[in-house]
Amino acid sequence: MKKRQLQEILGFNLLRVCMVLVLLTLAFILYDIISKGAGKISWEFLTAMPRNGMKEGGILPAIVGTVLVTVITAILSIPFGMGAAIYLNEYAKDNNLTRLIRMSIRNLSGVPSIVYGLFGVILFVQAMNIGTCVLSAGLTLGLMTLPWTITASEEALKNVPNSFREGALALGATKWQAIRTNVLPYAISGMLTGTILGLSRAAGETAPILFTGAAFYLPFLPRSLFDQFMALPYHLYIMSTQHHAITQVRPIAYGTALVLITAVFAMNLFATILRYRLRKTKME
Amino acid sequence: MENAKIKALDFNFYYGAHHVLKNVSAEVIANKVTGIIGPSGCGKSTFLRSINRMNDVISDVKVEGKILLDGKNIYDPEMDVVDIRRQVGMVFQKSNPFPKSIFDNVAYGLRINGIKDKYFIQERVEKSLKDAALWGEVKDRLQKNAFELSGGQQQRLCIARTLAVEPEILLMDEPASALDPTATLKIEELIHQLKSKYTIIIVTHNMQQAARISDYTAFFMLGELVEYDLTSMIFTNPSKKITEDYITGRFG
Ligand SMILES: Nc1ncnc2c1ncn2[C@@H]1O[C@H](COP(=O)(O)OP(=O)(O)O)[C@@H](O)[C@H]1O
Ligand SMILES: [Mg+2]
Repeated sequence: MKKRQLQEILGFNLLRVCMVLVLLTLAFILYDIISKGAGKISWEFLTAMPRNGMKEGGILPAIVGTVLVTVITAILSIPFGMGAAIYLNEYAKDNNLTRLIRMSIRNLSGVPSIVYGLFGVILFVQAMNIGTCVLSAGLTLGLMTLPWTITASEEALKNVPNSFREGALALGATKWQAIRTNVLPYAISGMLTGTILGLSRAAGETAPILFTGAAFYLPFLPRSLFDQFMALPYHLYIMSTQHHAITQVRPIAYGTALVLITAVFAMNLFATILRYRLRKTKME
Repeated sequence: MENAKIKALDFNFYYGAHHVLKNVSAEVIANKVTGIIGPSGCGKSTFLRSINRMNDVISDVKVEGKILLDGKNIYDPEMDVVDIRRQVGMVFQKSNPFPKSIFDNVAYGLRINGIKDKYFIQERVEKSLKDAALWGEVKDRLQKNAFELSGGQQQRLCIARTLAVEPEILLMDEPASALDPTATLKIEELIHQLKSKYTIIIVTHNMQQAARISDYTAFFMLGELVEYDLTSMIFTNPSKKITEDYITGRFG
């Protein structure tokens, strides 16, 4: 056999081994969580308060807290992120300032989440005096997801052919009319998909909510946006590293992990279905 | 010349530092077909897009001189670019139907111009499709996606879409360059019919096409308007050697 052919086969199999290793790791993690967490899932686990020093009962406050915070995140991230993307891609002149802004946004999307957490404490909790609560945590996560939303939305806008814009303008549309009627309808699925993926990542974050509102243990649900809250990822962290009876609460930790990844998975699935359906209705 | 609809006066155009149109002066006659020919890159499209200010969307461009539409300079700061584009319709080189139904494509310009009356829209869509010689082929499937049409049909749909807003001028940038001979012939026939109602300026790469369909022909070269005359003159008795060379296919 020639050397080149040998290299080809070798390279191909090496890549295949990499892929299989990744898949196996993923499968193992999933198997571990499902096998150890599934037994814990019950109606009571999902709807009851924690009891007896969190050694018994359910995780309702953590579920409610995560949902609330994610809603706040979305309220900040969707309009501002999409608005910024529309501005950047459709209105802003392509000059050095725009390029600098775009580069900063790309860089911000790589900033570690703990840094956003600290920033949230300084800005929302202290400077704006909102305190540690649902709102502060949601806003912090909102800031963290903004770069992702903007980047994904801008990509989606870029994918709309220029001829749609020019065609509309040539018929006497104003710029905003062209964007609203002939660009956004074809970009919105991509914009939403990227945004939802960002939100699902945010929902699983611990660091940004750690200092801004997440509580170790609360025997009640948040009654307003200015209350502290429990959250699934933080609860998971506590149950697996901070609890005084770690081995005893291990099943609860696994149950929490299962609920969290199911929620994240559901959001991602929703994003995929949304993209698929919107794409199907628009082109073919 | 009599009855000038459009007048370019010492018109210059720059992409950044790239001087693309150089002191172009010409008069376009109403209800005639004016053909623009010239080697690629000589500024034909740029000139066409200057007439409906489509170049405004490109950043870092500069214009000097004037283009008068019915005597008014369209580059006057007081002119509303949206009004100009309503008056000066444009058909693009690559047909660009929107991913909507055939009906909605033609109705698009009416709707964005604030027309809500359903019957009015319906009638205008039908009339425009008839004027674009497409009605017979699509009347049973108006709700189908425009992408289901053939290339030639798509281009006629784009013409119908442009006609629906009743412009006075039609700019066409090589409208048949991507079409097969049969579809091209249909577009040419259509242009012939449309000229009684519209002033048409058409860029074409194809010399025979220019000779067939245009009353006047303008020959551009390196951003300059080299020669502009009756088509019969340009093709039989050009006054410049370089025009003759181009027309006889010696370069380009
Ligand atoms: N958007 C643009 N930005 C910069 N230069 C351009 C742009 N469009 C065209 N040009 C340049 O302007 C010149 C004329 O182009 P164009 O008007 O498209 O010529 P034609 O239609 O005759 O082929 C060419 O040199 C081309 O490279
Ligand atoms: Mg061209």
